[in-house]
Amino acid sequence: MSISSKSQHSKYYSLTSQRVEQLSPSGIRKFFDLLASMEGVISLGVGEPDFVTPWHIREAAIYSLEKGYTMYTSNLGMPELRQELSRYLKDNYELEYDPNSELLITVGVSEALDLAMRAILNPVDEVIMPDPHYVAYDSCVILSGGTPIMVPTNQENNFEISAADIEARVTSKTKAILIGYPANPTGAVMSKHKLADIAEVARRHQLLVISDEIYAKLVYGVEHTCFATLPEMKERTILLGGFSKVYAMTGWRVGYAAATKEVIAAMIRIHQYTMMCAPTMGQVAAIEALKSGEDSVTKMVEDYNKRRLVIVKGLKDIGLTCFEPQGAFYAFPSIKGTGMSSEQFTERLLIEEKVAVVPGSAFGQCGEGYVRCCYATSLADIEEALSRMKRFVAKHPK
Amino acid sequence: MIKDILKILETDARTTTKQIATMTNIPTAEVARLIKQAEKDHTILKYKTMINWDKVGEEQVWALIEVKIAPQRELGFDSIAERIYRFAQARTVYLVSGTYDLLVLAVGKTMHEVADFVSQKLAPIEGVQGTITHFALKRYKEDGEILEGEEGVKRQPVIL
Ligand SMILES: Cc1ncc(COP(=O)(O)O)c(C=O)c1O
Repeated sequence: MSISSKSQHSKYYSLTSQRVEQLSPSGIRKFFDLLASMEGVISLGVGEPDFVTPWHIREAAIYSLEKGYTMYTSNLGMPELRQELSRYLKDNYELEYDPNSELLITVGVSEALDLAMRAILNPVDEVIMPDPHYVAYDSCVILSGGTPIMVPTNQENNFEISAADIEARVTSKTKAILIGYPANPTGAVMSKHKLADIAEVARRHQLLVISDEIYAKLVYGVEHTCFATLPEMKERTILLGGFSKVYAMTGWRVGYAAATKEVIAAMIRIHQYTMMCAPTMGQVAAIEALKSGEDSVTKMVEDYNKRRLVIVKGLKDIGLTCFEPQGAFYAFPSIKGTGMSSEQFTERLLIEEKVAVVPGSAFGQCGEGYVRCCYATSLADIEEALSRMKRFVAKHPK
Repeated sequence: MIKDILKILETDARTTTKQIATMTNIPTAEVARLIKQAEKDHTILKYKTMINWDKVGEEQVWALIEVKIAPQRELGFDSIAERIYRFAQARTVYLVSGTYDLLVLAVGKTMHEVADFVSQKLAPIEGVQGTITHFALKRYKEDGEILEGEEGVKRQPVIL
């Protein structure tokens, strides 16, 4: 039977799976197609560092290529990388993970997140997460057959997800809580005691917690708390971490998961068939990053912090209320005062003033009324973008 | 606090007091006061601009000169160093460890001019025992800045 005749038989027949149909289409793509065709655009849209990977890291990878490190590695990742990672987690958080059974090197946090969901979810399971959230969170749950359950957060509660709100949504189907602080798109960081309250809920209801800590080192004037360090949480946490943001290594595609033997073993079973291993060159670079990347990170964090202060003040001066982000490299101002939806704001700002931001609605319903501005770009560009935005907001009084 | 301000000025001397105030969360008036103070006590020596003179076809000859000297009783190396660093041609002067004592960076318009400086001014100074001059053939990096071919990588318009 040919495809066309089949589709005539069933009006619901589709070439693509129903599961994929469930994913919300990205409303942002069209802006970025538009953006690519325009000249002179200042982009605060890209969610990645503007720094090139520090030279000592690039150099280590180049050397590995010269020596011929071009083959697959162990499914788990290079032993030396897992050892370094184990040491890093010990040094930073006093957490002990066995490099041979409790750590898995993945193709970015992206893969680690996907594996974690697929490894733990059954079709009826629910995963509770904050709204707004990083775009992959709900999609990965849906692709694994689970159901994402949203907990609204907003500027008034500092975009922190509250333990009480989580608990109110726990049902017999709840399998896990998925959080990511410092957060994309809001820049929110959660305090230790509020995370401890969430840990308490996880313990009481026997839930797993997937904690995406890819921005762990990008905090300004506050401490990052690793979720697995909270009482009794190491056994319940699937800790996801990466190199993309902290070491400016987005294109290398390396990340990791740290969890119990059982969870890691389950993740490896998927990873071995779907990915085999993370890029070898990227893994070598990651070893160098862990061994001697600290100074470069400190320098980049200092730079981000200056830009953060400039953009937040600038946005406030324009008259947009802006929550004070304490981590990652995003500001998430409210544009409700303009009377525009976040998509309208984004589209008009791009067309009229050539500044690209991302509509908050791309990150969940509760993101409506906000736009995400990534300040991982030069100070000069930030200031120019701010002055264009100022003109734009003044031109469109509500 | 002053260190944060100095770090910002060191990377860009044109950063305004107001901008620095925003970046450091220090009130503008306080930033201004701290900068004034730093200028007064010579923590801040000068505000300058780094220029790649090659771009405007301005020829410059750079030479690194090793100078071996006999230290003088009571004065050590300092008085000879002073006689050398007072010359405008001597851009940078360091006392160094190793097989020679002073390292002098001299800049002139022509090789001839630099050679004259070495042979007629520097070498004859009493206490200078010998010099070795290295003319620079190419400047790759200057005070942290790469002069040519710094990567201008364009980010792809991706989103997440
Ligand atoms: C919160 C968050 N998690 C994960 C990722 C994906 O990172 P990776 O490059 O490690 O796959 C991103 C990238 O934007 C992110 O913002």
